[in-house]
Amino acid sequence: MVAAETVIEEQVVYARPESLRDVPTHYCPGCTHGIAHRLVAEVLDELGVRSRTIGVSPVGCAVFAYKYFNTDGCEAAHGRAPAMATGIKRVNPSAVVFTYQGDGDLAAIGTAEIIHVASRGENITTIFINNAIYGMTGGQMAPTTLPGQYTKSSPGGRDVELTGFPMRMAELLGTMPGAAYVTRRSLHNVKEINKAKKAIRTAFKVQLAGLGFAMVELLSACPTNWGLSVPEAIQWIEDVMVPYYPLGDTKVADGVDALMKER
Amino acid sequence: MAVELLKGNVALAEAAIRAGVEAYFGYPITPQTELLEHMAKRMPELGRAFIQAESELASINMVYGAACAGARAMTSSSSPGISLMQEGFSYIAGSEVPAVVVDVMRGGPGLGNIQPSQSDYFQVTRSAGHGDYHAIVLAPASVQEAIDLMVLAFDLADKYRHLVFVVADGLLGQMMEPAELPPMRPLRSERPDWALTGARGREPRIITSLELDAPALEEVNKRLQAKLRVIEEHEQRYAEQMVEDARLVVVGYGTAGRIAQTAVKQARREGMKVGLFRPISLWPFPERRLSRLADRVDAFLVVEMNAGQMLDDVKLAAGGQVPVDFYGRMGGMVPVPEEIYQAIEGLYAKLPGSLS
Repeated sequence: MVAAETVIEEQVVYARPESLRDVPTHYCPGCTHGIAHRLVAEVLDELGVRSRTIGVSPVGCAVFAYKYFNTDGCEAAHGRAPAMATGIKRVNPSAVVFTYQGDGDLAAIGTAEIIHVASRGENITTIFINNAIYGMTGGQMAPTTLPGQYTKSSPGGRDVELTGFPMRMAELLGTMPGAAYVTRRSLHNVKEINKAKKAIRTAFKVQLAGLGFAMVELLSACPTNWGLSVPEAIQWIEDVMVPYYPLGDTKVADGVDALMKER
Repeated sequence: MAVELLKGNVALAEAAIRAGVEAYFGYPITPQTELLEHMAKRMPELGRAFIQAESELASINMVYGAACAGARAMTSSSSPGISLMQEGFSYIAGSEVPAVVVDVMRGGPGLGNIQPSQSDYFQVTRSAGHGDYHAIVLAPASVQEAIDLMVLAFDLADKYRHLVFVVADGLLGQMMEPAELPPMRPLRSERPDWALTGARGREPRIITSLELDAPALEEVNKRLQAKLRVIEEHEQRYAEQMVEDARLVVVGYGTAGRIAQTAVKQARREGMKVGLFRPISLWPFPERRLSRLADRVDAFLVVEMNAGQMLDDVKLAAGGQVPVDFYGRMGGMVPVPEEIYQAIEGLYAKLPGSLS
């Protein structure tokens, strides 16, 4: 018997979002910045806002984010992305403005700026990459470095007696009356990545609805500076980071839950 | 428009509004706070952006953002706040976006005091932040001139896509005198063709001061320097009085220049051939005119409310041709005409051929 010839039409099931440029990134193998970039880009595409989006890049590993997002973009001074985004948004309220910041940028040098952007309820979206270390400068202690964690500037492991405790930014910002939506997600497995995308989508929809400040904190891997293999790094997020940085929403203001239920 | 009695800080604010400022970001600090207060009331009623920021650092970075979006944006502060803004100045200059900053100078160093001073001359004229550049710096000597230079500041900022300072001192900021405001300009209907507005129907635009490749960054610097040379060529501004036959020329800007004018007039009444040269642009410094004067005067007397900062620029312009003397007060002290007159009299007596 001869099998009937079947022709399966080619279907594109995975492609680069229009909001990402077709360029190689400089990120290390196993770094989750690429995943975070892609999620943001997919959301911008799906919401149809790429052509009115202005991204504000940080100082840190994502300093060249403006080269990767296919949107208008600029490069802030270290920690000042929320202030810069405020200036952009106030003179261009119809623009979709987001900052993309790491833990040194957002939780150390830019602490005042992020707290006050939330306090003002500034109608912008912040993507916060928490990988518990300074990546670009080569692995120093971050404000989010965990107790006992070895870094190049905490060579004996983070001693909380000397250096204080890691900051939980999602919890801190969740207390701000001006913040509409604050959540923490993780990028350590497919299920969490899907949840992260949903959160990013909500965070941008909050801005489109004019509800106020929205931030998605993303627990992220830095195998290079953690000194771990990629699988070990992914496991470390789950085993060490998630217990200290619980996943979930820390602020869902009135009106946001309706956006979360939308498809 | 009618002449009205206006306080310096309020005049600066309202002039900026008339010039078409779309966004003001600031932080309270004496002696410029009335400027922020005027903006707090006027900007929202005109539908423009106003934020009292959490710090001067945030203010200047908000200005940077609004400027990247193509809006006419400004901030104002006084000396300690200006120090805090240096980071933003450098990024603005490095990114070549227009922005206007008012510095109502007060006594320093450190927290110093809140009295009038000119001790930020180095800070604003030299670099006002890290990296190789100069900002344009304009120094009014009256409330009317503050208004006129405020309007000019926005035009120069736009023309050169550059950082422009208007520097006053606590005295000029706080005093009231009759002045006339310009008519209200309509706001620009379109954003400039380099501004971040969203990449609709065009390639995305990027504004950054980052360039990791050294040869490429040198090219960026060369372009920036070429722009500064054009500014030096076209934007040197000054006022002068009685310099035609002067043997001694007093050089002072802003409030010090204005007080020196009274002393110069007194010296003329006493038969001394003394003139006044008042730089209006502190950068670019009006060195061309001053070096021509150096060809034919016997000496310069620099008067400042600091320890002698513009003094360096006058010496450079004089090129060693004639002596350059200095009289200054510090720490928020404002000279009275009589003490400047005595400095003139003392120096004049030492000029070649003078009877002493």
